[in-house]
Amino acid sequence: MSVDAATVKRIAHLARIKLEEHEVAPLERELNGILSWIEQLGEVDTDGVEPMTAVIPNKLRWREDVVTDGGYPEAVLANAPQGEFGFFAVPKVIE
Amino acid sequence: MMTNLTDLTLAQMRDGLRAKSFSAKELAETHIAAVEAARPLNAFLVETPEHALAAAAAADAALAADAALPLSGIPLGIKDLFCTKGVQTTAASKILDGFVPQYESTITGKLFADGAGMLGKLNLDQFAMGSSNETSAYGNVISPWRGQGNAALVPGGSSGGSSSAVAARLCAGATGTDTGGSIRQPAAFTGIAGIKPTYGRCSRWGTIAFASSLDQAGPMARDVRDCAILLKSMCGFDPKDSTSLDVAVPDFEAALSGDLRGKKVGIPREYRLDGMPAEIEALWQQGIGWLRDAGAETVDVSLPHTHYALPTYYIVAPAEASSNLARYDGVRYGLRETPPGGTLADMYEATRAAGFGPEVKRRIMIGTYVLSAGYYDAYYLQAQKVRTLIARDFDLAWQKCDVLLTPTAPSAAFAFGSKSDDPIAMYLNDVFTVPSSLAGLPAMSVPAGLDAGGLPLGLQVIGKALDEQGVLNASYALEQAAGFTAKPDRWW
Repeated sequence: MSVDAATVKRIAHLARIKLEEHEVAPLERELNGILSWIEQLGEVDTDGVEPMTAVIPNKLRWREDVVTDGGYPEAVLANAPQGEFGFFAVPKVIE
Repeated sequence: MMTNLTDLTLAQMRDGLRAKSFSAKELAETHIAAVEAARPLNAFLVETPEHALAAAAAADAALAADAALPLSGIPLGIKDLFCTKGVQTTAASKILDGFVPQYESTITGKLFADGAGMLGKLNLDQFAMGSSNETSAYGNVISPWRGQGNAALVPGGSSGGSSSAVAARLCAGATGTDTGGSIRQPAAFTGIAGIKPTYGRCSRWGTIAFASSLDQAGPMARDVRDCAILLKSMCGFDPKDSTSLDVAVPDFEAALSGDLRGKKVGIPREYRLDGMPAEIEALWQQGIGWLRDAGAETVDVSLPHTHYALPTYYIVAPAEASSNLARYDGVRYGLRETPPGGTLADMYEATRAAGFGPEVKRRIMIGTYVLSAGYYDAYYLQAQKVRTLIARDFDLAWQKCDVLLTPTAPSAAFAFGSKSDDPIAMYLNDVFTVPSSLAGLPAMSVPAGLDAGGLPLGLQVIGKALDEQGVLNASYALEQAAGFTAKPDRWW
């Protein structure tokens, strides 16, 4: 499988990365180089093989559903590019 | 006073402090001066002399009261992937420019609780994506070693600031992180030691995520003992990391032994690559001899899916990265770019375009593609199945041996720019380190010799899950036999 310019633009949009027109062709070339290299995995017989979900067997732990942290909005907002009235502020979303 | 405090190993520093041969203040001041003098290496992104001096003052008080902690007064370098409270943390990316964490990562918190101080934050490949430290947004890290004709060399990556700083005697130890070889390959390139523990030994909490099923922190230092000391402080169960292992942490240093009688060392035949430099093959053979001299028996083993480890890694790691790095959206921290009159989506796209470097964008896009509808089964699911087979290869090998011995990297350090135009050539650097990462196993690189050009080469020991001790001990035997004492001439 290989990607064309339209696919590169679609992936960039899915990844929310703005691409300039001149960046598309080099990326198309690079992504195709990498994709054609990783495609060799298709030749491995994986019939009946379970996909790995945990490298080291480990049971996920349960805990009570209680608040264990929080109560410091100033620290949470300390690095916000724009924080107002105890909220993160962003460009207008709803008209 | 001793001639040069920066030449001491971490263990020698600890013992010297306890014997009152020098003070923690002297030790910190000497290292702070070394860090300042070594700015041409570009190893540090932020220098924090005040942190090192505060830890030194606390250490001197503790030493006077005979209440020293395991790392009292030891000045360390911290890879800038670990969040440090009140100290800028960027992962070497513009997208986190100016980010000052309001919390301390578990790893740095544990090291500081054991008395260590911080000299500063160490440069790295952007978001730990790279094998040469050429993807940092804040410039290349330069190795203290020089190539033919005094050529500048890469320090390896992604923990290149850590390897450069430890090799240049700016600190006796540093933290690294290893996703596919980012501790071991830079350690090999700079003639130092480094261990990636079993996945889950070191908490990931507060460490900026790259690929969560692979990321592991570990120590980098000049010898095996120093790695053992730091590893004990770094390991331990953390309820804040869901994959943290709730197991006891051994006293790795106390159990250090180069006596390998009764141990079996596997030599995986698939690690013998076509076109591998003869020097690396020769060093590997020498390592086999050294381990036999230490009492071990060596056995040939097969890890038949080795060839597929790199392409598996370059599906799994970018897929996880594309998800992890979705959080950099210009809303909660870091860079924000807002095109005039732009919408929220325009802000996301402009912020991420301006903030991420080319290699990070490439990996996010590969990850996005392999996870996208219609391609998930062919790429991602297939990769996770092959990963199961790679881990199974190791399980079968453990029926025949206790540890594996391999080279760490397929070459010595290379010059800047020699591989940066070809992503796959760069990825091949990690051919020997990626398989054990995919299987979550502990693995260590130790300096074992020099190539014809006088550059360090490393050997890698891979062990069973949770058998860091076995890895450290085999590495210790190699270290004792190799007697590696070479260090870079100071040019900075």
